[in-house]
Amino acid sequence: MSRVQIAFQDNDESRYIVAAIEQDNATAVVHYEPAMIRVENEGSLIIKRDTVSEQIGMEWDVQALHINLITLTGHIDEDDDYFKIMWNN
Amino acid sequence: MSPKKLNLKDKYKLLTRDLDWEFSYEDRKEAFPYEEFEGIKITDWDKWEDPFRLTMESYWKYQAEKEKKLYAIYDAFAQNNGQTNVTDARYVNALKLFLTGVSPGEHAAHLGFAFTGRQMGGIGARVAAQMQSIDELRHIQTQIHAMSHYNKFFDGFDEFNHMHDRLWYLSVPKSFFEDARTAGPFEFMIAIGFSFEYVLTNLLFVPFMSGAAYNGDMATVTFGFSAQSDEARHMTLGLEIIKFLLEQHEDNLPIVQKWLDKWLWRGYRLLTLVAMMMDYMLPQKVMSWQEAWELYFEDAGGALFKDLERYGIKMPDYTDTIKQEKEHLSHQAWWIFYQYTHAAAFHTWTPSAEEMDWLSEKYPDTFDKYYRPRWELAAEMEAKGERFYTTGLPQLCQTCQIPMAFTEMSDPTQVVYRESIYNDERFHFCSDPCKSIFDNEPEKYVNAWLPVHQILQGNCGGGGLDKVIEYYHLEDGVANLDFEGSPDAERWKDWKGVA
Ligand SMILES: [Fe+2]
Ligand SMILES: [Fe+2]
Ligand SMILES: [Zn+2]
Repeated sequence: MSRVQIAFQDNDESRYIVAAIEQDNATAVVHYEPAMIRVENEGSLIIKRDTVSEQIGMEWDVQALHINLITLTGHIDEDDDYFKIMWNN
Repeated sequence: MSPKKLNLKDKYKLLTRDLDWEFSYEDRKEAFPYEEFEGIKITDWDKWEDPFRLTMESYWKYQAEKEKKLYAIYDAFAQNNGQTNVTDARYVNALKLFLTGVSPGEHAAHLGFAFTGRQMGGIGARVAAQMQSIDELRHIQTQIHAMSHYNKFFDGFDEFNHMHDRLWYLSVPKSFFEDARTAGPFEFMIAIGFSFEYVLTNLLFVPFMSGAAYNGDMATVTFGFSAQSDEARHMTLGLEIIKFLLEQHEDNLPIVQKWLDKWLWRGYRLLTLVAMMMDYMLPQKVMSWQEAWELYFEDAGGALFKDLERYGIKMPDYTDTIKQEKEHLSHQAWWIFYQYTHAAAFHTWTPSAEEMDWLSEKYPDTFDKYYRPRWELAAEMEAKGERFYTTGLPQLCQTCQIPMAFTEMSDPTQVVYRESIYNDERFHFCSDPCKSIFDNEPEKYVNAWLPVHQILQGNCGGGGLDKVIEYYHLEDGVANLDFEGSPDAERWKDWKGVA
């Protein structure tokens, strides 16, 4: 399986998104690089609205992801309560 | 009872798909005149899936938020004299190359997506392309704003647009985007939307911007990452368009494959500038060009092509050449600029002893063997007051317009020369892929505005190099030549209190 990756600006909002990713994706690997945080996972990676909301302590809209997103790989599946990237191989 | 809140899918459907209408009294073909002339077959635009499902309303909301954050940082940067906090004033030369070479490309992308955002027959694709067109306009604007602060303190920024249209090395990015914009809408989407945005822009924006942060440049890293937050959406549009075209009709496969082969190579050649920025122009280095290439192209691109295999798409057959070139590219590129810096709008230098050690470590198979001796000799000559310049004009590749300086990978001391005869005229190329791109569309590439030919024909100020430099709006001894001894270097020493 191929690896997917997603990267965020390193700031106070992304920190909670990354914490949520780690909680929902047991095998995700987090790399801290200058000014950015890059997360990799085998095959797919999911970001759940409820987990992020819990981490951040308020209602979080999945589309607010756009604000701190730097880049991603893979196909996207987005809905009201989750955002997922994956490869089909 | 309050009205039920719409979910994302319904909202997207109502606020995007429903913006379209049926053509009842006008001919649809006349409304979308370019949709068929490239040979692409579309059977059903409704099959278009926009994975981000961003409506115009949310688009404006999030974009406004991004801008507010960005401009707050610009203000802070200017108020705190952020330009004095960069690691070393040599760094600023990478920004000059960025503003003159990359930012006008944002504007070209803006125009190109405005075209496809009008010409594609499907509403979903059209709305996504229109949003991207607006994003690209935002990118050039925010870049000009960020650089306007540097322009107060450094030379080489002020005439970026004039220079983009004239300078020899800037014809490389300029002709790249013009080539894409003079293609049909679907080729443009594969060229810029897929090949450039999906496969290649990460290499431009991610490691380089991370490098800006590492070099104390808060303004650049912020516009870079702010632009990049739009880029994730652009990449998705690029991936969607290629999947869509391949799923629509099997006859699209050979056309799309040919475009891919062409544009991945065109984009890769363009990134030569980035390779050099990363390895030679960042005083504080983040990762080497080779490492960035492996992470963002070989790894991420490899997974992508594995996914596209199901449609019959193949990795271009020059990928092996690229794999070998990654250990040579930046060194050969910086050498070109070092020789011709008298006609460039930024400064060059020979790498310091520590920088050369870093390069040896990152390029163990090539740097000490081929490039270190050259830089050591150049530094030696400089010390003796015999700084080496090439005064003749280089031969340019008819396709990518880069001076012929890339070498054979079987013998890295031998420059590649390829040629084709078309209408009894001989044309020259830097590589096999550049030659085959020309051979596929000679009637297009014979029209290339090659700076060297234009100089020799007297169309760039006429006369000698002094006239050419004037035509470029370069004042000799100000924005050109080596960093050492430049007005930039003098000001920097002044600020830092070094004699
Ligand atoms: Fe852009
Ligand atoms: Fe873009
Ligand atoms: Zn070429």
